[in-house]
Amino acid sequence: MSNRETSEAAVRRSRLGTHLLSYSVPALAVLGAFAIGAVMLAALGANPFTGFWAMAKGAFGSSGALVETALKSTPLLLVGVGITIAFRANVINIGGEGQMVAGALASTITALGMTDVPAWTALPLALGAGVAGGALWGAIPGTLKAYFGVNEILSTIMLNVVAVQAMNWLLRDPLIDPMEIERGTRIPQTARLPESTDLPLFVEGGRLHIGPVIAVAAAVLVYLLLWRTTSGYRLRAVGLSADAARYAGMSVERNVVWALTLSGAMSGLAGAILVLGSEGHRMVTDGSTIGFTGSAGFNGIVTALFGGLHPLWTIPSSFLFGGLLVGAIALQRAAQVPTALVLALNGLVVLFVVSLDRYRRQLKEREERSVPSIAAAGSEADESDSPPSGEDDDHG
Amino acid sequence: MTQLLEMRGIVKRFPGVLANDRVNFDLRAGEVHTLLGENGAGKSTLMKILYGLYQPDEGELLIEGAPSRITSPTDAINHGIGMVHQHFMLVPSLTVTENVAMGTVSKRGRMNLRHVSDRIEELSESHGLAVDPDAYIWQLSVGERQRVEIIKALYRDVKLLVLDEPTAVLTPGEVDHLFKILRQTAEDGRGLVFISHKLHEVLALSDRITVLRHGRVMGEVEAKDANREMLASMMVGRPVRLAPDKPPMETGRARLTIRDLNVMGDRGLPALQDLSLTVREGEILGIAGVSGNGQRELAETIAGLRKPESGTIEVDDADITGRQPSAVRAAGLAYVPEERQRDGAIGAFSVSENMILVNHRHPPMSRRGFLRNGEIRQRSQQLVDEFSVATPGLDVPASNLSGGNLQKLILARELSGSPSVLLASQPTRGVDIGAA
Repeated sequence: MSNRETSEAAVRRSRLGTHLLSYSVPALAVLGAFAIGAVMLAALGANPFTGFWAMAKGAFGSSGALVETALKSTPLLLVGVGITIAFRANVINIGGEGQMVAGALASTITALGMTDVPAWTALPLALGAGVAGGALWGAIPGTLKAYFGVNEILSTIMLNVVAVQAMNWLLRDPLIDPMEIERGTRIPQTARLPESTDLPLFVEGGRLHIGPVIAVAAAVLVYLLLWRTTSGYRLRAVGLSADAARYAGMSVERNVVWALTLSGAMSGLAGAILVLGSEGHRMVTDGSTIGFTGSAGFNGIVTALFGGLHPLWTIPSSFLFGGLLVGAIALQRAAQVPTALVLALNGLVVLFVVSLDRYRRQLKEREERSVPSIAAAGSEADESDSPPSGEDDDHG
Repeated sequence: MTQLLEMRGIVKRFPGVLANDRVNFDLRAGEVHTLLGENGAGKSTLMKILYGLYQPDEGELLIEGAPSRITSPTDAINHGIGMVHQHFMLVPSLTVTENVAMGTVSKRGRMNLRHVSDRIEELSESHGLAVDPDAYIWQLSVGERQRVEIIKALYRDVKLLVLDEPTAVLTPGEVDHLFKILRQTAEDGRGLVFISHKLHEVLALSDRITVLRHGRVMGEVEAKDANREMLASMMVGRPVRLAPDKPPMETGRARLTIRDLNVMGDRGLPALQDLSLTVREGEILGIAGVSGNGQRELAETIAGLRKPESGTIEVDDADITGRQPSAVRAAGLAYVPEERQRDGAIGAFSVSENMILVNHRHPPMSRRGFLRNGEIRQRSQQLVDEFSVATPGLDVPASNLSGGNLQKLILARELSGSPSVLLASQPTRGVDIGAA
């Protein structure tokens, strides 16, 4: 008897251990990435310690730095939770960039048309238009995938290209600021949007607008959607097993469209916030998507993966990656290295997370297997008989 | 007779589970030795140790008298051990020949598929295994796929062949045929380990029978001295009633009516031709036949997963022909699919999440699109108790449940909606006697 008790205690202890370990994986990934980053810094002739210290201070070291980080995190978070919805439904959305642009354009056009509308109507409408624009840009590849079998990775990437060209044309011609034509400068940008569509600031004259709050609220809503509603339940069911979902009477097609629509809506909202919260209060293009989005459409994927495809964990994740991007500027100044190094650092973090994910999953499986009552229930882990290769390596 | 294999005092622990407790097992050339036991009794663990997928914590393993360590499946194959898994390890998009050639050593990195396919034809002929080497796996019936698995083993010239529930999806005719092949394979001087729940098959095929329960050997008997009742009580640990008392039922009005149904199969050939049948209230209608003769297509068509070419299907006078699965379910059809792990449940979902797979839209499971977790848990717990699903809890992933318990979960879910018609495909496949 006492023998059994000790073994149960041992089981419990080892469970706690694996539990802690499985949570420390993201931290290990960041450490690993920074270790390699340090080598790269040293190779560039900079002191890694002063470099990283400058980076941390630049990102989180002052209230101003924190504001910048929060603003930078906002589109990452919104795109990230959008990506989470898609990935949870087993749909890969690489179209965050295009969906941001589509949302921003819809929002801009709506805002330009509302010169005499009070803020309490104009702002929600402008934001809503962004959501709708992004949703449309997600629904297109969703429909193509669900009903015509078009690979969503290809279609979403291609629609990024379409969106940027649409943006360039619209901002150069129909939407261009009339002043630009008058002056003959022809910078591809819109007129200043009506003040009623400005995102309210927390401090008059400051930079922090309500965008980050909207993004966090969206993340919470997406969490509730995925785990508390029937609609989210169906999205997850379709994502985990389209076959079982179909047998249970769910429409896999409709859920695929819905997942990409929602995913696009989140990116569209991110695009709208970028425009309505911009310093110039107008939409500008330098001819590229990145010029507008700052690659948030792609970095959002990284953010979502690092957040374990969980909307709530994506909040701190976006803050970390936002901080990396803001800190990069400080790093550049302190260590005289290109900011591109930080992009490499981002990539390394993801690479580590993804490679360590297999390890994390093994830990988790071990944890589940070690529930002692499973033995009593007569269900042996090895009778559930998936081949040892492991089948759930989806969205890697 | 030569001793092919001896496993002595094998112990394998998993955290919280003693899967094998000092198990002794041996196999002689030319015999069929059955490993009998309920799900979770430790059969698979023992065989995975033999096949190098697990390392034993204690005990030793002798192959032809020589102490051996098998550290990987490759190692096992090199020792002449072959395994036919319960779930076939075949690549559907490749041909029989390609599947057989896969993993075999080729000379100088080149593979002569012509040679492989000739050898397959030789083996098919000498062992009575009718298989077309050029057929793609996806085109084959379950019975045929199994023969491919056996050919794979024979091709590698194994001395020791493990068959994990090989008869699970075969018809009696196919089983007889398989047993002839297996007997012949054994008589060629190989040793066969046969894993099964089906007692009459065990008695028909085996020379010796070892019964496992809770990881321990309950006994080893000569098949000629054994009978079904004795084996069943050794397996379960209590006397078992093998034939349930089934009082005759009054049959009532027609619940399911199928008229002149014509359905195409995956290969574009007619799978069902002018099929008509009626299922009445109080009646269980069995569909028998060799797998691959339209049973799957019939089930899928009734469930709304496959569109018929012509004909009508009615549930309680409602025409459901060609309707979506959700509409078919709404009309009163419940469905226990053949591939329960793939189609019947979602492994990563918890027990309670699986319970609401079909009815999550309906009250009391949800209200205005929001799931009601309290209700869901309560109803799930009720169903778990009512159908005695052995699970450590409602939040455990369904993939942790044994085959029989997963099936009970699915059945509980399907019956909880009080359906008019229950459609069950191969419901007892891989389900042990206690659960069945």
